Amino acid sequence: MNLTKLAYQLRRDVVDMIVAGKGGHIGGDMSVMDVLVTLYFDEMNVTPENFASANHDHFVMSKGHSVESLYAVLAAKGFFPRERVLKEFSQFGSPFIGHPNNKLPGIEMNSGALGHGLPVAVGMAITERMNGSTNRVYVVMGDGEQAEGSVWEGAMAGANYKLDNLCAILDRNRLQISGTTEEVMALENLKAKWSAFGWHVIDVADGNDIAQLKEAFAQARATKGQPSLVLANTVKGKGSAVMENKASWHHHVPNAEEYAQIMADLKQHEEEA
Amino acid sequence: MTNIANKQMICDVLMAAAQQDKDIVVLCSDSRGSASATPFAKAFPEQFVEVGIAEQDLVGIAAGMARCGKRTFPMSPACFITARSYEQCKVDVAYSHTNVKLIGISGGVSYGALGMSHHSAQDIACMSSIPGMRVYLPSDCHQTKKLMEVLVKDNEPAYIRVGRNAVPEVYTEDNCPFVMDQATVIQEGSDVALIACGEMVLYAKQAAALLQAQGISAYVVDMYCVKPLDSAAIIKAAQQTKAVLTIEEHSPFGGLGSMVAQVVAANCPRRVRNLSLPDSPVITGTSLEVFKYYGLTAEGIANSAKELLNA
Repeated sequence: MNLTKLAYQLRRDVVDMIVAGKGGHIGGDMSVMDVLVTLYFDEMNVTPENFASANHDHFVMSKGHSVESLYAVLAAKGFFPRERVLKEFSQFGSPFIGHPNNKLPGIEMNSGALGHGLPVAVGMAITERMNGSTNRVYVVMGDGEQAEGSVWEGAMAGANYKLDNLCAILDRNRLQISGTTEEVMALENLKAKWSAFGWHVIDVADGNDIAQLKEAFAQARATKGQPSLVLANTVKGKGSAVMENKASWHHHVPNAEEYAQIMADLKQHEEEA
Repeated sequence: MTNIANKQMICDVLMAAAQQDKDIVVLCSDSRGSASATPFAKAFPEQFVEVGIAEQDLVGIAAGMARCGKRTFPMSPACFITARSYEQCKVDVAYSHTNVKLIGISGGVSYGALGMSHHSAQDIACMSSIPGMRVYLPSDCHQTKKLMEVLVKDNEPAYIRVGRNAVPEVYTEDNCPFVMDQATVIQEGSDVALIACGEMVLYAKQAAALLQAQGISAYVVDMYCVKPLDSAAIIKAAQQTKAVLTIEEHSPFGGLGSMVAQVVAANCPRRVRNLSLPDSPVITGTSLEVFKYYGLTAEGIANSAKELLNA
């Protein structure tokens, strides 16, 4: 399967979801899509068939506001019908609410409040090790989220317990709702910070490149005695110049003109991939 | 007298359960000593997780473990595990519906002179208002044992608050009536209903004896199950008496008194008075000195009951 193609195709689903639902965190959906596609279609052992059992890898979407991208990927993976989420996202009484919730198949933990995912993932990884299992745990965080203190509590515990079955991914798109991350609350040097906390940091130059992501996850899997952080340098709004690298597109519904241009750009990327 | 602190009893029940159930896990935030959990940590190192002084991490990790099949019991001072970790309790435990039993030790004003940072006078209000979170304040070690024996086996989130010190028995080992989620009626009476939770139940029971000597008949309810609140027991107690006095080691807002008043007002209006801690940092002192100052003793409760009946 051409995962790059799939990622652009699913980005179009995200745009449709956000337009129909009249709201959504479109910028971060676009930046994180390649990470999610690589995880669900290459790296992780989790399927609609094994999800109800104890034997599968675990995933926590700590940056829960990018739920539209997760819904698109889970639908493509067969957890629920694509048509359903496209139609029902954010509608009255819908189970497809604006942040992940585990009433839906394929979602393990509710999220949305930032800084929660890493401690939860640490708990999962401790459990899998207690159980002598080879299941791995993955958690995706945002970069603005790094300002939450609880992220660093989780970071400390992950290293303390030498959780090499734990892989955190940082969607480093450099923008948050109020501006650049460095303007709002300077995060750099993230690589040095995570290394100092005892994590094996894998700096991915292009976090929207599936091949580079696959390589990073392979390296994380091979790393023993410490957890890994995949520092995925991504582009917020990836896929169309209309929305790329614009903080104002953190949460935005495209108008008709923008919609047409974005869908054309995404289609073109998909065809060229 | 069985002079065992409720927190000690919790640890005893957990140790007995952990022998049989390898999925029982206790977590502490540098709090194993104060939680009386050191024996557990020594006996079951494979079922014990230390997270350091990081209460958000404590609850998040406990929730992640529960999601993967463990029955987790994070134990930390009540003031921290509820207020510091509040969002984790709400999102990672209750909203995500993970099987986490949050144990708040040294609750209320147990820490006495350590001051307001270490008092938990808001925990009933904040935990009860989370959908899906049960809230229990057992009164003595016997009731704590019975409650915990149910909680180590069920699969729903809960918050349990206990005090720091050993408290005199309300019940005996052989006579501790207990039905899960039903208040225990300690005695029936016809003048005033005393509805209490946690360590205040003992004083309510003693107050009833003082009142009895003065010809006043008290109906005493141990509302250990603050949520789900046993409304039927409240209505019955109110219907059989002329006024209702609630007693709790909590802020006057959003605790047992507020809940009881809501039920009584809607079902069988009676005058309701709430004896509680004040809406201010409490006076410096041991917990017993604090209780005495605010009338949270047998004498104080009896006096309040008489005032209420004469009002």
